[in-house]
Amino acid sequence: MKLLLKNGCPVDSRNELPEKVDILIENNKIVKIAENIDENDTEIINLDGTKVLPGLIDMHVHLREPGYEEKETIKTGCEAAAAGGITTVAAMPNTDPIADNPATIELIKARAQEALVDVVPLGSITKGSSGKELAEIGFLSRSGVKGVTDDGNPVMDSEVMRRAMEYSRPFDLPIISHCEDLNLAAEGVMHEGFYSTKLGLKPIPAAAEEVMIARDIALADLTGARLHIAHLSTARGFELVKAARENGIKVTAEVTPHHLTLTDADLQEYNTAMKVNPPLRSVDDRDTLIKAVKDGQLSVIATDHAPHTYEEKMGTIDSAAFGISGLETALSVLHHYLIRKGNLDWNQIIELMYYNPAEILRLDKEGLKIGSIADLTIFAENESWTVDTDKFKSLGKHSPYNGQELTGTVKLTIKDGKIIYDNRGGQGELIY
Amino acid sequence: MMLKQKDFIDLEGLTDEEIYGILETASSMKDIFTRSVKKVPTLRGKTVVNLFFEPSTRTKSSFDLAAKRLSADVMSISKKASSVVKGETLLDTARTMEVMAADVVVVRHSHPGAAKYLGDNLQAAVLNAGDGPHAHPTQALLDIFTIWDKLGELKGKKILIIGDIAHSRVARSNIWGLLALGAEIRLCGPATLIPMGIEQAGVKVYQDVDEALKGVDAVNILRIQLERQERGLFPSLREYRYLYGINKERQKSLKPEALVMHPGPMNRGVEIESNVADSKQSVITEQVANGVAIRMALLYLLAGKEVKHEALA
Ligand SMILES: [Zn+2]
Repeated sequence: MKLLLKNGCPVDSRNELPEKVDILIENNKIVKIAENIDENDTEIINLDGTKVLPGLIDMHVHLREPGYEEKETIKTGCEAAAAGGITTVAAMPNTDPIADNPATIELIKARAQEALVDVVPLGSITKGSSGKELAEIGFLSRSGVKGVTDDGNPVMDSEVMRRAMEYSRPFDLPIISHCEDLNLAAEGVMHEGFYSTKLGLKPIPAAAEEVMIARDIALADLTGARLHIAHLSTARGFELVKAARENGIKVTAEVTPHHLTLTDADLQEYNTAMKVNPPLRSVDDRDTLIKAVKDGQLSVIATDHAPHTYEEKMGTIDSAAFGISGLETALSVLHHYLIRKGNLDWNQIIELMYYNPAEILRLDKEGLKIGSIADLTIFAENESWTVDTDKFKSLGKHSPYNGQELTGTVKLTIKDGKIIYDNRGGQGELIY
Repeated sequence: MMLKQKDFIDLEGLTDEEIYGILETASSMKDIFTRSVKKVPTLRGKTVVNLFFEPSTRTKSSFDLAAKRLSADVMSISKKASSVVKGETLLDTARTMEVMAADVVVVRHSHPGAAKYLGDNLQAAVLNAGDGPHAHPTQALLDIFTIWDKLGELKGKKILIIGDIAHSRVARSNIWGLLALGAEIRLCGPATLIPMGIEQAGVKVYQDVDEALKGVDAVNILRIQLERQERGLFPSLREYRYLYGINKERQKSLKPEALVMHPGPMNRGVEIESNVADSKQSVITEQVANGVAIRMALLYLLAGKEVKHEALA
């Protein structure tokens, strides 16, 4: 089986490529990249100058299976990823049962075999993610997890976190930390500031995140572990990470598209699609984070795709669950709000959503290169679309961008040399 | 006088003209109180539903009485908030009321935004009777009405709100209403009960009560909830009374015409001493009466839009 992509504009920060290329795919691999390829006997797609990116990696996704299949399944979550131009997702372990044991990891891997995109399983740090006893991190590592995290919950006990960092070091697993001091966050539902005061909503101070980042950095320094801060959301949190990196501590951090584009002021209509954890922060926080990714000082953009059912997100802010569906809008949101306005360029996107997450998770990814697995995302910058959550592939229908017109759309997603998502007719077709 | 919006959720965004319009309507409502038959047929055939998910005997009876004086049919539903934690149940309950042909749904709920949520999802007019710490517009209007009634226009008046601002919907709604009328607002209370960023609203925060009391036209004393002490927001009632309580001594520093106000129910001997509460400067009982007038005005403005104004005469 052969596929020839003609006249694409390749984006790859680490492989030098001409401005426009043809890419020949045979079976599951890229076999040729050149300015002009003539090949008979092959399906030819003219890309007409649209962007060709290596298939993106989202290292923070809640697939909800096993246990919460009403929110999302591995199948639907991977379909959402395909529609978002993402060909690899890391699955957070806060399922039911929690992925704190090899059996659950095996189940996830088995289900993922039939899924459209690659699923990288993550294991929990502690048994049941309860923050008390270490999970069998060694067994988890052998069954193929690429990192450990209690995401959804912090590891509140500093001693437990220290031991987790020490113990996982020989397995070369990153500790992905959900930084939240639960005593400070209390019952809060939004960022503490003028808007929480105005709206009368229970506040979460930025410090709830920052004190935990500071603690984890101290522990990473003590233990030499690889620390990755999940969904970093505050300016001071970033300053802490930056200073630690300058001091040679092994710490990376990720930020979400929604924290880069929205603020606490967006909760003013009490829209539950704005309720996320960590909460949408201040304008200063958002602007600092934008600058941080622009300057290459944050490693990763990840969606924290956290789907919920309609019932869980309806009602008041207090009663609604934290979390939104992020896979299908991520790239368009980043293009519309950041790339188009000069705050990010395409090569940075590839660092943030491909090379850096691959490095943190120790995935073997070489980009647009002869011999590479043909995972590709084709993105049309000039085509607009209106976000309609009813059309989401994800079972989670909540997005803060619902109803907004975004410039730039995923046209094709190619996985292992096969088109898995075809949006050329605007129908967003999934192909198994 | 007409209200622009279908629902009445908060005072934020109202103009001084709109607020004075409501106060004037309330004024004509108050005239009814002095009649031998304290009832007008204005809302005959209309149905008002009081939907209370949080206990509040005072506010509920005030709305009840207001609706009855306007001859509306009144139905009251009280539900434990715990049974309506899920938004689903809240909406289902409200829709049931709507099926029963409610023209106005008066709602009290512990979640901020609950009234707006119902307003967005119901055909009936929704009147906010308190949504968590967010807003309590009828209470704020009755406070404002009381000041206006006694002291005239609010522009330039200095109003001090003292106590637990952080958890107070009364304070928040007062702030928006008073700011719209051009009053100067001072806040005072333990630093742990002053919410972050409140100065951005355009108010002044005082650390020292005696400083804050200087030259005010009215002091609005908020109820202190004992659970705040349990949560460590202030160390003891003794210290609270000493540092922030309004006692006779502090009352002496007030201008003679200055008003002492309290939305009730009072913790006598804590935030307010009895001899202050019962003094000549206190307008606390008048606030209660004015509350009925304000609620009549709003029910009328929301439900009686097509009713001719002469019906009041
Ligand atoms: Zn997460």
